Amino acid sequence: MNARRDSESDTTKNRTTVEPKSEREIVVTRTFNAPARIVFQAWTTPELFKRWWVPKSMPLSLLSYEADIRVGGGYRLVFDVDGTKTMAFFGKYIEVTPHSRIVWTNDESGEDGAITTVTLEEKGDKTLMVLHELYRSKDVRDAALTSGAYDGMAETFGQLDEVLVTLGA
Amino acid sequence: MVHYSGARLDASFAALSDATRRGVLEQLGRADASITDLAEKFHMTLTGMKKHVGVLERAGLVATEKVGRVRTCKLGPSRLSSETAWIEGYRQVWGARFDELDRVIEELKRKENIDERKKR
Repeated sequence: MNARRDSESDTTKNRTTVEPKSEREIVVTRTFNAPARIVFQAWTTPELFKRWWVPKSMPLSLLSYEADIRVGGGYRLVFDVDGTKTMAFFGKYIEVTPHSRIVWTNDESGEDGAITTVTLEEKGDKTLMVLHELYRSKDVRDAALTSGAYDGMAETFGQLDEVLVTLGA
Repeated sequence: MVHYSGARLDASFAALSDATRRGVLEQLGRADASITDLAEKFHMTLTGMKKHVGVLERAGLVATEKVGRVRTCKLGPSRLSSETAWIEGYRQVWGARFDELDRVIEELKRKENIDERKKR
């Protein structure tokens, strides 16, 4: 990243990067202009989580979200699909370490579910978040990426300028 | 990284914004297929599949060749892979989520600052 972008980071949005680390893994990174405890609070407080997990631009609406965020506790997200069906995502928390790490399972697709790990690392007055998804196999990962949840997103957001920057780098 | 011209990339992303077309690319990544095969696979009419393949072909993502009465499709010369497209879709979902999260965080920070001031 160049110096110009760094100096602008307080006034412009931080970039989200996605990288397929291996055939079974995807790594998402993002920096937030806040200490880790605030980012952690926004992840682990259901009323706050509900406000950001489903951005308005996503073609889904969240009907309910319940979460018991502690080791062994579970979560359940229910979405409305076209006003005709519902779709549920659920799993269990494997690890919850305040302000630094949350690990959960994604059990809606049974045995094939991915394990998601979120780590928060403070860097000065900012926090680097790394979200890591580990799938059972490449096929399962690819199926997840092509599943309905991401349909038409490129169209919806139309952030082609950002795509150009990514690909031209 | 390969450099793409803006117009080509535009066409590619338009082509890839559709789930069926991404599926077709994924399928062709495994093996070449005729338009009839693809239409059957994606439960669609021949005309419908021809349109999708046409969009992919214009974007350079698919190449077709007519041998006898069968038009065979294979991956085209464009190096923009279907994986790149999925990753972009995925990035946009997370990007949008985290932009919203920024708003929540800013609010929490402001609230904390007010609480701090009250304590003094």
